[in-house]
Amino acid sequence: MSSVVQNPSSTDFEAVIGLEVHVQLRTRSKMFTRVPTGFGEPPNTLTDPVILGLPGALPVMNREALDKIITTGLLLGCTIAPVCKWDRKNYFYPDSPKNYQISQYDQPICVGGSVEIELPGPSRNIMGAHRQVQLTRIHLEEDVGKLNHFAADSLVDYNRAGTPLMEIVTEPDLHSADEVFAFLTALRTALVAAGISECDMEKGQLRCDANISVRPVGATKLGTKVELKNLNSISGVRDGVAYEIKRQTAAVRRGESIIQETRRFDPEVGSSTSMRSKEMAHDYRYFPDPDLMPVKVDEAWLARLRALVPELPFDKQRRFFEQYQLPYTITSVLVPDRALSDWFEQAVGGMPARAQAVGNWIANDLLRELAAAGQTLADCRIKPAHIAGLVAAVESGVISSSIAKEVFVEMFATGDAADVIIERKGLKQSTDTGELEKWCAEAIAANPRSVADFKSGNEKAINAFKGGIMKASKGKANPKLVDEILRRLLSA
Amino acid sequence: MDAPLHFRTATEVSALLARREVSSVEITRAVIERTRAVEDRVRAFTARDEQRALAQAAASDARRAADRTLGPLDGVPVSVKDVLASEGEPLTCSSRMLANFVSPYDATAIARLKAAGAVLWGRLNMDEFAMGSSTENSAFHTTANPWDLDRIPGGSSGGSAAALAAGESIVTLGSDTGGSIRQPAALCGVSGLKPTYGRVSRYGLVAFASSLDQVGPLGRCVDDLGLLLGAISGHDERDSTSVRVPVPDFNVEAAARLAQHRERPLRIGLPKEYFGEGLDPEIRAAIEHAIAFYRAQGCDVREVSLPHTQYAIATYYIIATAEASSNLARYDGIRYGHRSTNISDAIDIYAQSRAEGFGAEVKRRIILGTYVLSSGYYDAYYLRAQKVRTLIRRDFLQAFEQVDALLTPTSPIPAFRKGEKSADPLAMYLADIFTISTNLAGLPGLSIPCGFTAGGLPIGLQLLGRPFEESTLLALAKSYEQSHDWHLRRPSL
Repeated sequence: MSSVVQNPSSTDFEAVIGLEVHVQLRTRSKMFTRVPTGFGEPPNTLTDPVILGLPGALPVMNREALDKIITTGLLLGCTIAPVCKWDRKNYFYPDSPKNYQISQYDQPICVGGSVEIELPGPSRNIMGAHRQVQLTRIHLEEDVGKLNHFAADSLVDYNRAGTPLMEIVTEPDLHSADEVFAFLTALRTALVAAGISECDMEKGQLRCDANISVRPVGATKLGTKVELKNLNSISGVRDGVAYEIKRQTAAVRRGESIIQETRRFDPEVGSSTSMRSKEMAHDYRYFPDPDLMPVKVDEAWLARLRALVPELPFDKQRRFFEQYQLPYTITSVLVPDRALSDWFEQAVGGMPARAQAVGNWIANDLLRELAAAGQTLADCRIKPAHIAGLVAAVESGVISSSIAKEVFVEMFATGDAADVIIERKGLKQSTDTGELEKWCAEAIAANPRSVADFKSGNEKAINAFKGGIMKASKGKANPKLVDEILRRLLSA
Repeated sequence: MDAPLHFRTATEVSALLARREVSSVEITRAVIERTRAVEDRVRAFTARDEQRALAQAAASDARRAADRTLGPLDGVPVSVKDVLASEGEPLTCSSRMLANFVSPYDATAIARLKAAGAVLWGRLNMDEFAMGSSTENSAFHTTANPWDLDRIPGGSSGGSAAALAAGESIVTLGSDTGGSIRQPAALCGVSGLKPTYGRVSRYGLVAFASSLDQVGPLGRCVDDLGLLLGAISGHDERDSTSVRVPVPDFNVEAAARLAQHRERPLRIGLPKEYFGEGLDPEIRAAIEHAIAFYRAQGCDVREVSLPHTQYAIATYYIIATAEASSNLARYDGIRYGHRSTNISDAIDIYAQSRAEGFGAEVKRRIILGTYVLSSGYYDAYYLRAQKVRTLIRRDFLQAFEQVDALLTPTSPIPAFRKGEKSADPLAMYLADIFTISTNLAGLPGLSIPCGFTAGGLPIGLQLLGRPFEESTLLALAKSYEQSHDWHLRRPSL
């Protein structure tokens, strides 16, 4: 039994949170028929006899969807069931065309597994603590249609109905709004990177319900849980969970008991309201779907998918630390974007010794230019090898880093390689000592006061000459050589 | 003297068409005329579209004139139980719920018939959603048995059997979930075949009990069963319970089985559990004559046991109703079908539409099925029934280690009077006692005429076989038919 709490107001409470996350799979066609999936099409155009539940229509499983959920399971370390079995979940609702949903009840295709999360660090630029959040199961089912309510009546759109939908259920293993935020971010990053789903919450491709309870720290018994629905963005989930923890903790401190209910969070108002008190005693009358034969998932099938499972984002981040010595700030820009990190690795292949410089160009300059131009990486005219070429030009002293900025802008605009631009625009750094000596001598002659300062021991006074020299050389003067020449001339 | 056109078999009609002795329009017109003459007494149809059928017949004749026929069924009228979807035709399942529903798509079996050039003639009456054994559960009207118009034709494919016995069609399709092809065939003096589960696609067959339903042919001779079965069989990517097995020419294969039989006689088993109490003495006598015939043909006829037979009815009514309760949930008045006008809130759309749209027997089975799937009862009923089902199938497979086919009566009683059993659902359920185990085991079975009662009512003989051994059943049935003329007798209408 849990300890009896004598004075709730002086007790510390912890939240216990479990999530049910629904993720639409990115497949060409629906879960049990050949109709394409989609979003935003005119109502009831992505339908056929199967989707509409017409008399006599039968479901046939989409193997691509099964591939995707098994890949998810392999990615997250789940145990994959040897047989994919289908059940019917019976309930009446107008968004459900057959009044049963084909789902998986007692034999989910994926069992266990975990999602690695990163908690907020002490600052944005410092990595936070990592931990694994345990999963209970992942199963596959079909999505339902969408109800649109009007003043006098409601209309149903079945375009969404039958879209392959993966339900990810966590253990009650989360304890704060930040952890929930971190979990959903990590999950989304991993699923998008693996091509499982686009996880666009605005399109309903990722939806989350949270079961939340609070209990005194140290108690082993769970408190009464409240289900929170209508959480339609990741930060909305965080805010909703934070509100609910606060609400429950305050209630318990006041000596009130928590009512088991479903609540709806309103992100505009920042508070939740009760949808229905006490869960209705639903009896879904699950039974095996006699229209769908169980599908055996054999070792050959798993082996084929295992070979295609991509690297998890946090694994990639650790590899980037070790292989390229990238700083956290750059990895946290590159890694969450699979296309960007792939792009980086192509670029760095041409300049492995200067991975950090390559990373900097991509994480800072390239993303800034893309944003300014309103482009995505797919539109980008710069090829990964060009970044390596640019870094090489700086490294070998052909151009200075300030000229490199100019070259980069030109590369972005034209798609030409760095050396082509340097040649065309005559940006090659000057190492002609005669020319450099002339600019240095002129600068010394023009700044007698700085000469005096330098000679009286002020080392920094030397910088006063360099600005003029760079201006005269239009930035092409090799700074290292300039420094040498100045020192020689000044000490002469 | 030759039989009138409307009483010819599909095999004969096919030959007449091939020899151009008759046109498809002529044969179609003959069944239309016959139907006009007798339908007010038989009432086998739920819908008829003469122009549509004649147009298809004319198209078939045009193909033949151009030497581009689509096969042996091209131009042959086929009538279909009103449970199979045919694009542009009503699909009512003899239910008020779907009284105005027109299918926008073809069932696979129908698409295959169309591809074979068959002329689709009318929609045939049935027990509502195929639930019943007398066709009295039709929401529209009861079909009469052409041999005695005061009696029922059997069910649920009562229209499919009665239309054949009355000469209103040449060959028909029915569906069989617990005997719904074989029992009406027996009661109307025609032949009917329930294929192995998975032999014929269920896509477009309105589901009653998905794990038991199967589409099959009814005809006035055994060859017609093989002919029609060949046209509708085969794997269908739209039905994941349809099986990838080769589709033979069933009649050719049946002939080969008969030839083999002369070398090595077929063995026939008599399940002793099927010959106990409750079997009508006239039926028993007719079956014993048939047994004597097969012995005389050199068959090794021996007694076998199917020890779990006594549990079949209970098992069937748990599994079938469980599946039905879920399958029929889609009829809710939201997207199509009957919607009540007596609605005060959203729940009423479901409650009132279903209360008004479904008949008593359908409601009884939905409630029974809902009950057996309910939390707390699932293990005791549904799960246990599935285990017993496995035992029943095992009984059959063990029997088939000793014999090639089983021989039983199709129905324990001949056609009963309209209304005689309406008040007693359990008595009605017992009409299927010899047929439902076959569906639980997923096996093929057929019924052929094997005599008449003193009162002139047809008696049916049932043969059951190994999975996908329809040809063996057709061979045995054919050998019986060749030596008897029961199938040639016609009712006086």
